[in-house]
Amino acid sequence: MKPLHRLRGMMNRRRALDVPPVTAERLDVSHGPILYIEGVSVSFDGFKALNKLTLYIDDGELRCIIGPNGAGKTTMMDVITGKTRPDKGTVFFGQTLDLTQMSETEIAAAGIGRKFQKPTVFPQHSVFENLELAMQADKRVWSTLFAELSGEQRDRIEEVMTIVGLQELSKGRAALLSHGQKQWLEIGMLLMQNPRLLLVDEPVAGMTHQEMDRTAELLVSLAGKHSVVVVEHDMEFVRSIARKVTVLHEGAVLAEGSMDDVQNNPRVIDVYLGA
Amino acid sequence: MSRTSLVTQMLTNDRGGRVFLAVLATVMVAVPVLNLLVPESSALHVSTYTVTLLGKYLCYALLAVALDLVWGYCGILSLGHAAFFALGGYAMGMYLMRRIGDRGVYGNPDLPDFMVFLNWHELPWYWHGFDSFLFAMIMVVLVPGLLAFVFGWLAFRSRVTGVYLSIITQALTFALMLAFFRNEMGFGGNNGLTDFKDILGFDLQSDATRVTLFAITGALLALGYVLSRYIVSSKLGRVVIAIRDAEDRARFIGYRVELYKLWVFVFSAVLAGIAGALYVPQVGIINPGEFSPLNSIELVVWVAVGGRGTLYGAVIGAVLVNYAKTFFTGALPEVWLFALGGLFVVVTVLLPRGIIGLAGQIKTHRQAKASKQSEALT
Ligand SMILES: Nc1ncnc2c1ncn2[C@@H]1O[C@H](COP(=O)(O)OP(=O)(O)OP(=O)(O)O)[C@@H](O)[C@H]1O
Ligand SMILES: [Mg+2]
Repeated sequence: MKPLHRLRGMMNRRRALDVPPVTAERLDVSHGPILYIEGVSVSFDGFKALNKLTLYIDDGELRCIIGPNGAGKTTMMDVITGKTRPDKGTVFFGQTLDLTQMSETEIAAAGIGRKFQKPTVFPQHSVFENLELAMQADKRVWSTLFAELSGEQRDRIEEVMTIVGLQELSKGRAALLSHGQKQWLEIGMLLMQNPRLLLVDEPVAGMTHQEMDRTAELLVSLAGKHSVVVVEHDMEFVRSIARKVTVLHEGAVLAEGSMDDVQNNPRVIDVYLGA
Repeated sequence: MSRTSLVTQMLTNDRGGRVFLAVLATVMVAVPVLNLLVPESSALHVSTYTVTLLGKYLCYALLAVALDLVWGYCGILSLGHAAFFALGGYAMGMYLMRRIGDRGVYGNPDLPDFMVFLNWHELPWYWHGFDSFLFAMIMVVLVPGLLAFVFGWLAFRSRVTGVYLSIITQALTFALMLAFFRNEMGFGGNNGLTDFKDILGFDLQSDATRVTLFAITGALLALGYVLSRYIVSSKLGRVVIAIRDAEDRARFIGYRVELYKLWVFVFSAVLAGIAGALYVPQVGIINPGEFSPLNSIELVVWVAVGGRGTLYGAVIGAVLVNYAKTFFTGALPEVWLFALGGLFVVVTVLLPRGIIGLAGQIKTHRQAKASKQSEALT
């Protein structure tokens, strides 16, 4: 079955001929949720990183996901973005887009952006160029060869640089940024893509308190227009932005609700204090 | 921004490239003049032997630029790039073979000598068309390009990277070498293709033809350089560097990484093929030795020595290392391989960014020293 599937992939003319990924079905959020994760299991050499995980994210929602190390938070993001394929279960973006059948680039083009746990920016490029590369644009090879920035696009890059507070460093190489600045640059790159759903893995790791506050403000302001899923260990930070919190443990949902509900949940206390 | 302003901007931002193009232009004017117009008795006369030697270096320089595109900018360490060079060379060699006509040893008007020797009675199908110069030139571009396309498509789609990719490129050139060594392949076996007489009717032994070939090589090197510079300073170039530095990130931003790699790889293979086609009429022979894995490795050393990721560094490396090679293989032939190996070790350990990087280091060092001095004075 697997080789056959791969062969079909190779025959796929769209891939071979570099035509833009036309997602035939448009994103449909008419039923409320933008993301449906149902019964997803992923195992690595027998170890279940995700165990029949079921989770829904509403359109425009800001959701925080917490959980001890190894709970499967990053793996869940890998599944949503197509980096890891689930052994079982379904992942739908809106009513119609089956993410388990799409490539990473198709998923990105469909409107899901991701910030990695370890900040990854393009070190040899300037801040400006990093944002330029992330910009929503025709990303086919030939169009990219002849692409030129329009005034509008320049303005948009300037705007995002202001939002993430890096306008002074526009020409500086990204490799020279501090850890916190790299995190922001990566968030800025997400904004340039203008995705419907943002997946943000540990955005405040390595940030000062001040920087954390700004990040909180930024993420809260994005909710509504975008749906945002934030994975974070820092409880204080989560409390400052959270409306609804999901606790993952051993690859499944342990509890869900407001921050207070979750913190008073005996099972959650058990996992966190017992660990 | 209009297209022309992009080009001027590209050249103003490329100081090293301007210097290189100026030097190349000077050489391209001076060498023909000194060969054709200055009498042989004069000390300034440049011998035809030297002209051809320089022409050979320019071919190598174009090949090095091609490798720098994929290795320096895209991070694909190809250890089989000489294969594309050799294929371009064979396509040109086949045309030159057909030009010999009945002037071969056996005087057979229809078949090259080696086929007569093998007792063949008709031309294999894949030799048809090579009577035409235009057809041969199309093949010079098409054959390396197509091989790179098929190979790259399979490799990049399966996400083969790093040392594994290097190994399979090496295997590719090795396999081609073995194939071309076989007489039944119909490419002259281990003798390859040689004894060429003329190109488009111009005698290959004449000074004028030699000088013209040299000039054409210089012009195509300049063109190849400018095109490559355009590519690396375009947005595509920035995407390619992004892929080199953070491939996953590029993918999640929505770039089809495998197609970008493929595009650059094919372009580079075509440049390499053109370099090979220019090389063959000047050296007068193409044989399976050109596919030897060692050739591809030497090529990597040139680029490493010059400094990768700059394009002009590749040119400097190719010319310097080959000059050294000419010198050593003449004076101390046994030493060459050790010298080459030693050079590679020295460069990787001491000069990770090659000669170009060294120049940069000296400059910053001087500036630091100068600013210290001026501080001390105040
Ligand atoms: N590619 C992989 N191969 C093998 N095991 C893996 C792989 N990726 C993740 N795991 C394992 O799966 C489990 C879940 O990992 P995951 O990275 O999703 O946890 P996490 O919740 O993000 O943890 P953290 O808070 O430390 O980031 C871990 O035990 C991890 O070791
Ligand atoms: Mg994680």
